[in-house]
Amino acid sequence: MSTIAEKPSDGVEAASTRFLENLRAVPRRIGETMLRTGAPNSDRTRSTFVFGNVFLHLHPVRAHRWSLRWSATWGLGIAAVSCFLILVVTGVLLMFYYKPYPDVAYLSIKDIHFVVPTGRFIRNVHRWAGNMMVVVVLLHMARVFYTAAYRAPREFNWIIGMGLLVVTLGLSFTGYLLPWDQLAYWAITIGANIAQSPREVTDALGITEWFDVGGLQKLILLGSEEVGEEALIRFYLFHVMVLPLILVALMAVHFWRIRKDGGLTRPLDADRRLGRLPNDVYPVFTEAPQKTYNLAAIVKGHTPNVGSGPEQTLPAMPHLMVAEAAVFMLTIAIAVLFAIFIDAPLKEVANPAVPENPAKAPWYFLGLQELVAHSAFMGGIGIPMIVLIGLGLIPYLDRETEGTGVWFGGAGGGALVFWSTIYGLAAVVAVEAVAIYFGWIRQWWPGTPQLVITLINPGTLLTALYAIYSLWCLKKYNSTRAGALALFTCFVCGFVVLTVIGSYFRGPNWDFYWSPSDWPGH
Amino acid sequence: MTTEAKSAPTTRSRLDPEAMPRRDFLGLAAWWSAAAALLFAFLGSMRLPKAAVLPSASKKFRVRLPASLASGHAFIPSGRSVALYREGNRVYAISTICTHLGCIVKPIDDGFDCPCHGSKFAKDGAVLKGPAPTGLPWYELKHLGGDDFLVDEGKTVAAGTTVIV
Repeated sequence: MSTIAEKPSDGVEAASTRFLENLRAVPRRIGETMLRTGAPNSDRTRSTFVFGNVFLHLHPVRAHRWSLRWSATWGLGIAAVSCFLILVVTGVLLMFYYKPYPDVAYLSIKDIHFVVPTGRFIRNVHRWAGNMMVVVVLLHMARVFYTAAYRAPREFNWIIGMGLLVVTLGLSFTGYLLPWDQLAYWAITIGANIAQSPREVTDALGITEWFDVGGLQKLILLGSEEVGEEALIRFYLFHVMVLPLILVALMAVHFWRIRKDGGLTRPLDADRRLGRLPNDVYPVFTEAPQKTYNLAAIVKGHTPNVGSGPEQTLPAMPHLMVAEAAVFMLTIAIAVLFAIFIDAPLKEVANPAVPENPAKAPWYFLGLQELVAHSAFMGGIGIPMIVLIGLGLIPYLDRETEGTGVWFGGAGGGALVFWSTIYGLAAVVAVEAVAIYFGWIRQWWPGTPQLVITLINPGTLLTALYAIYSLWCLKKYNSTRAGALALFTCFVCGFVVLTVIGSYFRGPNWDFYWSPSDWPGH
Repeated sequence: MTTEAKSAPTTRSRLDPEAMPRRDFLGLAAWWSAAAALLFAFLGSMRLPKAAVLPSASKKFRVRLPASLASGHAFIPSGRSVALYREGNRVYAISTICTHLGCIVKPIDDGFDCPCHGSKFAKDGAVLKGPAPTGLPWYELKHLGGDDFLVDEGKTVAAGTTVIV
C-alpha cells in the first residue's frame, strides 16, 4: 500500500485534488447529464432537447411559424392542459383530508376550508381551475371550429376532442356532489333525475314496466334510489379515478394525433401569407439538411420535410417551449387571483327534506337547466344528444378545403358569422321571451298529452329554428361550410343566452326576475 | 383479400358481391366472436354496479295524525316526503316528490309548488303548470285504529282514493 501512495505524481494531480474538483463540478454535471445532450445551444442539441426528453417528446422538434402566432390558437389547448395539471395537484392535496361519507364529507370540507393550513386557498384554486377548464375547453373547441381545423386529416381528432369535452363536464359534475352541502345535494338530485328522464317518454307510451332505461341509468349512477352514501362513493370514485384516467388516455390520443396529422392546421398558402422571416427572430433553423432520407413505409414522402423548405419553421426549443410556459404561468396566475379574492361556496349541510330555492346546477349546466325547466327528457338528454351528434358530424359533412386554417374561413366567412350571431341571439331571446311572458302549451291548453309537450317545447323549437337556418345558409351559399358556420354560431349564441338567463334571471320557483334584489324573501 | 379473390374477374357490382372465400369467412367469424365475447364480458361486469339490495329505508311506515290536524292542512311526517290530509272522516296521502326532477314540493293553500323548476300541482296532485310530466302520486294507506295509519310509499293508488275512518 505504501508504495502506491509514495508514487510520484508526474503532472497528474493528486486524487484528493480531483475529488474536490469533481465535487465542485457536481451541480453543473447534474444539470448537463439531466439534459442528456447538454445545453440546447445548437440546432442538434435543441432538437435532442425535445425528442430526447420523455416529457417533451410529444412536441415537434420544429414548429411552423404560422402555428407559433398567438392568433393561431390563443394557446387554448395548452391552457386546458395547464388547468388539468393544476387540478391534479390541488385535487391530490384535497384528498389528504377529504372523507367521502355523507355529513362527514361536509365536515371535512369545512375543516379544509377553516382549519387545514392553506386548505381554503387550495380548495379555491381547485374550484377556479375547474371552472376555467370548462371555459377554456369550450373556447378551444370554438377556435378549432372557426379556423376549420377539424378538416381532413384531423376529423377523428375532433371526435376525440368532443370526448374530452364530455369527460371534462363529467368531472365537474361529479366534483359538484363532494362537498355534500345543499347546493351539491340538490344539483345532483336534479342531475340523477335527468338520467331517469327517459321515463317521461316511456311513461307516456306506457312501456316503463318492460323498458325502464331511465330507472336503470339512475340506479347505476346513484347505486340507490336517492342521493346517499352509495351515490357519494360512486361520484368520488369517478371524480378521482375513473374519469381522470379516461381523460389522460384521451389526451394522449389527442396530442399524438396532432403530431401524426401534421401539426396544427395552416392554410396551404401559409408561407406566402407569412412572408419572409423578420431579422430579429433568434434562433432560426440554421443548418439546413444536406441529405435526403428515404423513410419509405414510415412516413409519407421521401424526406422528413417534404414540399416546403425548413425556412418557415423555428426550433421548438425555445420558441414553442417559451410560449407554452407563458400560457401555463398565465393560467396559474388567473386561477390564483380568483382563488385569493373569491371563495368557493359552501352552504349548509345537505338536507334531503328541504330543497334549495332556487336549486341551481353549476353555471355551465344552467343553459341545460333552462331547457330542462320545460321538458326533463328533451332538455336534459334529447337536445344535448342532438347537439353532440351534430357537432360530431361537422367534419364528416363539411369536406370543403377553402378557408382551412383561417379564422372564420370558408364560404360567407366573417359576414355569415355576424348575421348568424344576430339570428342566433334573436331566436333564443324571442323563444325565451314568449315562454316567460306567455307561458307554454300546458297553460294554454291544460290536458295536453305529455308527449306533445316533450316534443314541442322552447328547447326543441329553438333547435329546429337553428337547424332550419343552417340548412337555409347551406343552400344560399351553396357550401357545407356555410351551413356548419351558421349552426355552430347559433349553438354558441343559444348556449350563452340560456346560461345567462339561468344564472342571473331565474329566482325562487325558477320564476323570471330582472334582478336578484327582486326575489321574494323566504 | 386472398390471392384467389384478387385474380377473380372484377365485373361483379358492389351490390352483387362474389362469394366470400372460406378463409375470409373464418377470419371474420373469429373477429366477431372475439367482439361478442368482449361485449358479453362487459355486460356481465356491468351487473356489479347495479345493486341487488337497495340501501333505502323501508317504504312502509306508521304514522299518527295529530288530533289537531285541520281539514285542508297537510301533515308531513318528519324525514318522509308524504303529505297526509284528513277531511272529515276521509284520510289520504300524496307524495311530495316532484315528478319532474325529484325536488320536494311545498304544500300551499290551493295545491303544491315545486321550488326547482316552477311546476304547480292542484290539491289532488294534478299538474297545473310547468314541466312535470305527471301528477303527484297518491300512496296506499291502511287504517290501524285511532289516529294511526300505515303508509306504503311503494304502492300508488288512483288519485281520489281515500281511507274512511
